[in-house]
Amino acid sequence: MPGILVIAEHDGEQLNPSTAKAVACAAAIDGANIDVAVFSTAGGAVVDQAARLSSVSRVLSVEAAANEHALAAVLAPQIAELAADADYVFGPSTTFGKDLMPRVAALLGVNQVSDIMTVEGDRTFTRPIYAGNAIVTVRAPEGHPVVGTVRTASWPEAGNDGSAAVERVSPSAELPSHTRFVELQSGDSDRPDLQTASRVVSGGRALGSAENFSIIYALADKIGAGVGASRAAVDAGYVPNDMQVGQTGKIIAPELYVAIGISGAIQHLTGIKDAGTIVAINKDEEAPIFEVADIGLVADLFTAVPELTEKL
Amino acid sequence: MEKILVGLKRAVDYNVRVRVRNDGSGVETDGVKMSINPFDEIALEEALRIRERGEATEVIVLSIGPADAQQQLRTGLAMGADRAILVQSDAELDALDRARIFHAIVERETPGLVLLGKQAIDDDNNQTGQMLAAIWGRPQATFASKLALQDGKARVTREVDAGLETIEVELPAVVTADLRLNEPRYVKLPDIMKAKKKPLDTIPVDDLGVEPSPALQVTHYAPPEPRQKGIMVGTVGELVDALKQKGLI
Repeated sequence: MPGILVIAEHDGEQLNPSTAKAVACAAAIDGANIDVAVFSTAGGAVVDQAARLSSVSRVLSVEAAANEHALAAVLAPQIAELAADADYVFGPSTTFGKDLMPRVAALLGVNQVSDIMTVEGDRTFTRPIYAGNAIVTVRAPEGHPVVGTVRTASWPEAGNDGSAAVERVSPSAELPSHTRFVELQSGDSDRPDLQTASRVVSGGRALGSAENFSIIYALADKIGAGVGASRAAVDAGYVPNDMQVGQTGKIIAPELYVAIGISGAIQHLTGIKDAGTIVAINKDEEAPIFEVADIGLVADLFTAVPELTEKL
Repeated sequence: MEKILVGLKRAVDYNVRVRVRNDGSGVETDGVKMSINPFDEIALEEALRIRERGEATEVIVLSIGPADAQQQLRTGLAMGADRAILVQSDAELDALDRARIFHAIVERETPGLVLLGKQAIDDDNNQTGQMLAAIWGRPQATFASKLALQDGKARVTREVDAGLETIEVELPAVVTADLRLNEPRYVKLPDIMKAKKKPLDTIPVDDLGVEPSPALQVTHYAPPEPRQKGIMVGTVGELVDALKQKGLI
C-alpha cells in the first residue's frame, strides 16, 4: 500500500484549498494511504481542517516556533525526515509548494515531477511543459520516493467527510537560522480568492490605468467574481502582482472567466485553459484571445463593460 | 562580496510557439530560435547592477548544456558578465543533475551570491535554484522582485500567491529571479565585439565527477487538448443571452 505524505499549505488559521486538491491527486493513486503533514506553531484549526479531508488516514502535526512562517529552508529538512518511509511526497503547485518541494526533493536525492495534471498509473503522471504547448507523460524511477507538486487547476478539492487521526510528531532535524521572515504585504480583499473563485473577471493593458480598473471591479462585484489581470496590466502597475494570471502567475480554473482588454498571449492562455467558459471582450477582432474564447464580443470595453454590469 | 555566479540556460526563444512532433517523440526544436531563458537574463541583469553599485567585483555566467550554449554565454558576456563557464553535456539532464553540476562549480568558485531564473520556459520545472540551495546547505529566496544587499545579508521581496513577502537571508545564498525584478538591458554592437575577447572556459561534464540523478523518464509528448470552437456575439445584449443560455448567470 503506497504511503503518501501531503504537505499542507495554510496561513495559520485556514487550510489553503490547494491542500485539498493535493489530497485529491494523492487519492488517485491505487491503494493510497495518505498522511497530511501540517507545520505550525500550535496546531489548532488547520489541523482539524486537515483531519476532515476525505481519504486522509493520519494528520501529522508538527508544532514548533520555527514553523510560524513557511520558510522552505526550515520546513524541508523536517519533511525529508518525515518522508523517510514514504513512497510519494506531494505539495501543491502554488508559490508555497514551488518554493518548498524541490528543496525536499534534493534532500531526498530525487528529481521532482512538477505540476501534476493526471495520475496515469504506477509512478506515472502527465504534466505541462513549454507553457502548456505540450503535455508529457513522465515516469518516476523505482526504488526512490516520488516528489511532486500538484497543478491545482487540474484537480477538484477532496471532500470534507473524513475523520483522520491526529498525531503530534517532532522531527529531530537540525533547523537552520540563516533565513528570517520579515513581512508579508497582502492586498486584503473582500472579493472571492482568485485561485478558488468559480467566476473570475480579468483586465488587461487596454484598461489604460489603475483608475480604469474600477469598471472591472464593478462587474466582478455584480456577479460575485474574483479579479485577475494579465501580466501587461501588472507590469504597467495597474494592479498588484498577486492578481497575475498566466504561465508565471496563477493558473486558475473558474467556471466562468471573463477576459477584458486582454489580447491573449500564450503565457496568459496557459493560466486559463481549464476554465469552463471563457468570455472575451476586446476591441481588436484579431486578438488571439478570441481563438480560445467560448463567447467573443468585439467592442470598446469602456462602453461594453458598464453596459454588461448593468444588464446582469 | 567578490563573485556572483549566474545561471544561463539555453532555451527555445520566448516568442516561438513550440509544436509537438507528430509521433509524440518530443517537441520540434530543429531550426528553432534559441535564446537565454528570459528569467535567467533578468538574474544576470540584477548581478550586473549589483557589481555596478560596487557591491561585487566579478560576475560569472554558467551554462550547462551542449557546445551551442556558448552563444548564450557570449550574449551574457556582451551584456556585461566578466567571464563564462560552459559545463558541456549533450545528455538530457534533469533538474537535480543541473543542481549538482551547479554545486560543483559553486565549490570551485565560492561565490557570495548565486542568481538564476525562477524557472526555465522550456521544461517549466521551477526546481534548479531550490535544489542547489538544498545541496549547498544555504538559504534560498525564490521568485524575487526586489533584492538589496547589506552586512552580509540579502533582503529579498518575493512574489507569492498572497502578495509580496520579504525575507532576509545570510550570504552566500541562492536567489531566483521573477519577472519584475528588473528590465534587462539591450546588448550593443561594441559590447558584442568586446565579449569575444572575454574568457569562456569549457569543462566536460565528466571532469566534475558528479553523480547522475535517478532520471525521470518521459515516455510520451502530446499536444494539449484543443478547446471547442466558440461563438461571436454582436452586442452586450446577445452576450447576456448567451451567458443565460449556458446557465452561467
